[in-house]
Amino acid sequence: MAAALLTLFGPASALVLIGLIPALRRSGRPAALVSIAGIGAAAGAAAAQAIPFLTGVAAARSYDFVWAPLARVAGIHFGLLIDGLSASMALLVALVALLVQIYSWAYMSDETPASLGRYYAYHSLFAFAMLGLVLAHNLLQTYVFWELVGLGSYLLIGFYWEKPEAGRAAVKAFWTTRLGDVGFALGVLVLWGSAGTFTFSDLFAKSQSGALGGSVLALGLAGVYLGAMGKSAQFPFHIWLPDAMEGPTPVSALIHAATMVAAGVYLMVRIAPLLAHAPGLSMVVYGIGVLTAFVAASMALVERDIKRVLAFSTVSQLGFMMAAIGSGGASAAYFHLLTHAFFKALLFLAAGSLIHAVATNDMFRMGRLARPMPVTAACFAIGGLALAGVVPTAGFFSKDEVLAAVLAGGHPVGFAILLLTAALTAFYIGRAFFVAMMGDREADGHPHEAPAAMTVPMAVLAVLALAGGALAVLIPRLVPVPEEAGHPPLLVPVLGTAAALTGLFVAWLGYQRRAFDPAAVRARFSAAVAVLERRYYVDDVFEAVYRHAYRGTSAAVGWLDRYVVDGAVNAATWWTWLVAGRLRGLQNGRVQDALYAVAAGLALLVWLAAR
Amino acid sequence: MTLTHVIVVALAMFAIGVFGVLARRHVVGVLLSIELMFNAVNLAIVAIASSRGALEGGVLVLFGIAITVAEIAVGLALVLVAHRVRKTGALDDLDTLKG
Repeated sequence: MAAALLTLFGPASALVLIGLIPALRRSGRPAALVSIAGIGAAAGAAAAQAIPFLTGVAAARSYDFVWAPLARVAGIHFGLLIDGLSASMALLVALVALLVQIYSWAYMSDETPASLGRYYAYHSLFAFAMLGLVLAHNLLQTYVFWELVGLGSYLLIGFYWEKPEAGRAAVKAFWTTRLGDVGFALGVLVLWGSAGTFTFSDLFAKSQSGALGGSVLALGLAGVYLGAMGKSAQFPFHIWLPDAMEGPTPVSALIHAATMVAAGVYLMVRIAPLLAHAPGLSMVVYGIGVLTAFVAASMALVERDIKRVLAFSTVSQLGFMMAAIGSGGASAAYFHLLTHAFFKALLFLAAGSLIHAVATNDMFRMGRLARPMPVTAACFAIGGLALAGVVPTAGFFSKDEVLAAVLAGGHPVGFAILLLTAALTAFYIGRAFFVAMMGDREADGHPHEAPAAMTVPMAVLAVLALAGGALAVLIPRLVPVPEEAGHPPLLVPVLGTAAALTGLFVAWLGYQRRAFDPAAVRARFSAAVAVLERRYYVDDVFEAVYRHAYRGTSAAVGWLDRYVVDGAVNAATWWTWLVAGRLRGLQNGRVQDALYAVAAGLALLVWLAAR
Repeated sequence: MTLTHVIVVALAMFAIGVFGVLARRHVVGVLLSIELMFNAVNLAIVAIASSRGALEGGVLVLFGIAITVAEIAVGLALVLVAHRVRKTGALDDLDTLKG
């Protein structure tokens, strides 16, 4: 209990201190230290809490108290659930947040003290919200922290608010995830209406006993899944994530690699025991996951902005995880979530180091950066190999598990598509590496290696990305989902590795060896490239829907409000005014006229009494 | 002269007072009419009381007259101020309460 509370209150107290003491916030670096201390304490506590679970000696436990007692149904509880899943996830979140905050110390060194303080205040808020979401023991509390995470990401994406694109990206991220969150709220209420509880363990028990099931369960879960789609950038809600790259690069590493977008997957893993009772919805989750994985990977093929390549790859990997969840492989998805957090945060931090050095996001304006920046290049290479899934990096093991889970779930078509996607993934990350780090073009300016505050977090993550595959043995201790035991067929790792190596080899041929000219290929398939560069027109569809449907509805509602609702009020006012105008003639101010009225009234009363 | 005669006189005085209050145009006239109504009542009280041999009626009326004097002093002062400010004593022109 104490460890869990410390995990939460480390960042929370940092937020309160920075937020409430303006002098501290404006001082910049001291505020950063407070924030780093807060998240450091949280990381330590989370480690102390997670280690017993990792070694397999601790049992799941939960603490709760009644927050709002209700008369007829069980009250609304708040509480903490500490089991293998939440303890390890909390450790991951706190660890990545700590590394990113240390990295930001150097990366954000050009900011003014006031905006640096603001930056770290947002970071503390975000870390607090994410840890609260992870440790929540019921759906309502999850929802509360879920929205706080949304707020934190909005603030961080829009950190460079002077830039109009950043402001727009923040609003877009907020609105898109909010769209899914409406479904989440409704889904939670549907489940509560049927089961009378928000608590995970009660929900699991009720679905196990059959008290909660059928279409009601499917409907409630569909709502929750809608929320997860928004946060985890599933097609067609993936549109916010590439735009969110307007935020500072460490922010991208934190919230678009390891934490916020993982929240949707985490939630789905958490409610996987419920999902097992809704096979139809599982098919949907799987289908959208596969679609997302492929669509995002194909869009990354033509992207020039190095951060957006990584953003698309995040969307694609989230699709992998969701496909595994839909196929019944929640533990594989969680494994991939952990390793993905390591190598994607690493890739983002390395990309941030490049951007810091050459001051551009366009990778075709970089080149031969491996020589001046060897550490960054090595880190990027490790992250890229892990993303591609090359032996023996962490990504190889987890992607292997995901592919095996999809195959075991009885989806050979999805397996084939994901395999193709894996090849595309290897190609685009290889392309990014060869274009930015190798090649024959010198980068602009005089790039130099990043300071230690940036390279050390990268090195830590690089070790984790290399060795994270060892987590495979720990996963069964962490995820409480019964799995059909048995090793995946040997075919899976062989095909996975073949796909990865093919992709990397083609990238090497095209961008390093110049065996063929990518520009010619691009010109040959210009129609397809145009579709990819317009991002399958999904953004345009959203925009058109917004512009026409939403604004049309708004205009109609606005007309109704202005002329019907307000009209009725105005008519009533007008009539009152008119009648009052007539009546005021009676009040002529002459005392004797009033007395005449009194006398007449008296005479009337006398007459009535005498009658 | 019986009690009936006196009551009839009192009623006549009261009716004249009512007419004066409703019809007089000048505020001093209205005040005089009010006094007339007041004294009609006083007259009726004294007459009825003495016909029954009760002294209290006379005492009551004496108190009433004293109060009337005070009231008239205030009323006339108000009339004077109104006249000074509005330059008129006609009630139809004192119509600030007009809606």
